[in-house]
Amino acid sequence: MRRSRWQDVTYRNPYLFALLLLIIALAVNILLQPNLVASATLNSNMRVFLPLILVAIGQAVVMIGGGIDISVGAIVSVVNALLATQIGINGDPGTATIMMGAALFVGMGAGAFNGLFVAYLRLQPIITTFASSFLFAGLALFILPNPGGGVPSLFTAFYRETILLGLPLALYVIALTLAAWALVRQTRYGRYLYAVGGKPDAAYETGVPVRAVQFSSYVVSGLMAALGGIAITLLTGSGNAQVGDPLTLSSITAAVIGGTPLSGGAGGIAGPIMGAVILGLVRNIISFANVETWWQTFVNAAIIVLALAMPGIINLVRRRNV
Amino acid sequence: MRRLTISPPLAAVLLAIVLFLLSGLLPNGFGNNPDIALAQAINIVRLSVFLGVIAAGQTLVIISGGEGIDLSAGAVVTLTAILTYTIVNGQDAQVLPALLAALVIGGAIGLVNGVGVAFLKVAPLVMTLGMAGVVSGLILVLTQGNVSGAIAPIMTRLIARPVVLGIPGAILIWAAFGALMWLLLERTRFGKHLFAIGTNRTTARLSGVNVTGMVLGVYALSGMLAGLGGFLVVGNTGVVHIRIGDPFLFPSIAAVAVGGTLLSGGKGSYAGAMAGALVLTLITSLLTTMQQPESIRRMVLGVTLLLMISIYGRQRGFRQ
Repeated sequence: MRRSRWQDVTYRNPYLFALLLLIIALAVNILLQPNLVASATLNSNMRVFLPLILVAIGQAVVMIGGGIDISVGAIVSVVNALLATQIGINGDPGTATIMMGAALFVGMGAGAFNGLFVAYLRLQPIITTFASSFLFAGLALFILPNPGGGVPSLFTAFYRETILLGLPLALYVIALTLAAWALVRQTRYGRYLYAVGGKPDAAYETGVPVRAVQFSSYVVSGLMAALGGIAITLLTGSGNAQVGDPLTLSSITAAVIGGTPLSGGAGGIAGPIMGAVILGLVRNIISFANVETWWQTFVNAAIIVLALAMPGIINLVRRRNV
Repeated sequence: MRRLTISPPLAAVLLAIVLFLLSGLLPNGFGNNPDIALAQAINIVRLSVFLGVIAAGQTLVIISGGEGIDLSAGAVVTLTAILTYTIVNGQDAQVLPALLAALVIGGAIGLVNGVGVAFLKVAPLVMTLGMAGVVSGLILVLTQGNVSGAIAPIMTRLIARPVVLGIPGAILIWAAFGALMWLLLERTRFGKHLFAIGTNRTTARLSGVNVTGMVLGVYALSGMLAGLGGFLVVGNTGVVHIRIGDPFLFPSIAAVAVGGTLLSGGKGSYAGAMAGALVLTLITSLLTTMQQPESIRRMVLGVTLLLMISIYGRQRGFRQ
């Protein structure tokens, strides 16, 4: 089937549509909240968005590799439960640092568990990671049956208040992940990931280690979920074994709005980052626009559906006009 | 040498029977009293009906392929359960209008999903996920947090109580429903076309199947079946809350997968989903009987699911 010009452009620049949405969302948000770009407001927004941004990046990597990870939210919860119980509000900085390092390995371990089943046992990603999400969510509840625990205020203050050169900490973290991604894309591994997601059979025929690449994408997703878990723990300063639940589906939405298709082999992480910011900004806009409380969920969801459907609507309209 | 093969639905049913018999050995199980065992078995089948009906829509959508899935089913169940509760308001005469409303509203939401998938080319997963959000929002707008109403005596009598030979109405409804689903999938043109578009959309289109129409129809039907599920769920529990449908969503997908229907489409049966619903409900209620905490219950459910799909959910390798 021939693609239209718009489709061609968006195919080559998958983040284009997200960028457009981001600009619109930012403009509306600034209209309602003029001090949005002041560094304090920027910081208070970005530190809230960061956990979803990190998780969405991991989700996007799995999706590029042709899979999906329904267990990311549960991994976030496990990490949060672990940190809140093992460090404690009066924990010493040494233990805290070690535990955060350990949390990264827990995340990668959980990802490796998913990868093992999906890549090497050849199970279907959706149902596998759904099943493992039960396992992880149960584990989080086992570690922390009731909300409680916490991390020292030293750490939460670092996460919440750090502003370097007028820019919040979250922006530096994002810049760092973008730089890392730019490096990874240059490597053979980066090309393998897209090949495996696009046409696994062809990739296999040309000697790409398909299983290993699929496996690794879940490890990356687990790692990013662990980072997201650390971020959300530092943000809230407390433990709740269900804190990650909403992140699973939001991370998929953010990745798709960011131009990473569920069919794999395309997209990137710049788009999903924008997608996550857009989701956050929409929430902001709704609360600043004085939408009646009972309508907020509906308006939020309707805007998201519209954003998801917009590329399709544009294509339909353009085909009519040709 | 012939490899010993056993069909997934049969395997799931066998697993359910073995698990059930083992559960008799539990301290508070049925022991060696056949009457109690029968009563427990009937009760578990009755509880499986609701998941089973909701999984029917999921089965259709998944067989239709194109990464088909319906994540709005849980929210639709909640919405239609609340609608039924409000419309019926304790009067027998209002039961039929309520059922009709549940089917129409569910079907309309499904149709919107279908439009998004078929015309706007949104991936089914995110389209139905988005609609789940919209429907949840709609529920909040409509109820403003409180629901008033009641179910009618006739619903309790037909759904929750024994009707003939000690068998509850829900099970009879499910049996008839299962037969209809089998007819729909195996004996109608709709069924033939459904498997055709699930296997390969292009060849289906070239051989004269109206693919767009089929996709629209399948999602609308899935919404309607979720609506029917909502009606039955509230008829069984007798009360509603604004999260009543959520616990059915992912199990409805898991039931389909456990029953051997490939999530990639083009293959599967409703018998599989029925067996899957039975196994999942049985495991959940066993864990509840064993009085395990929520954390253990979730972990056991996760591991069981993983084991079951590891046995026959594997996809083909590259070297074949």
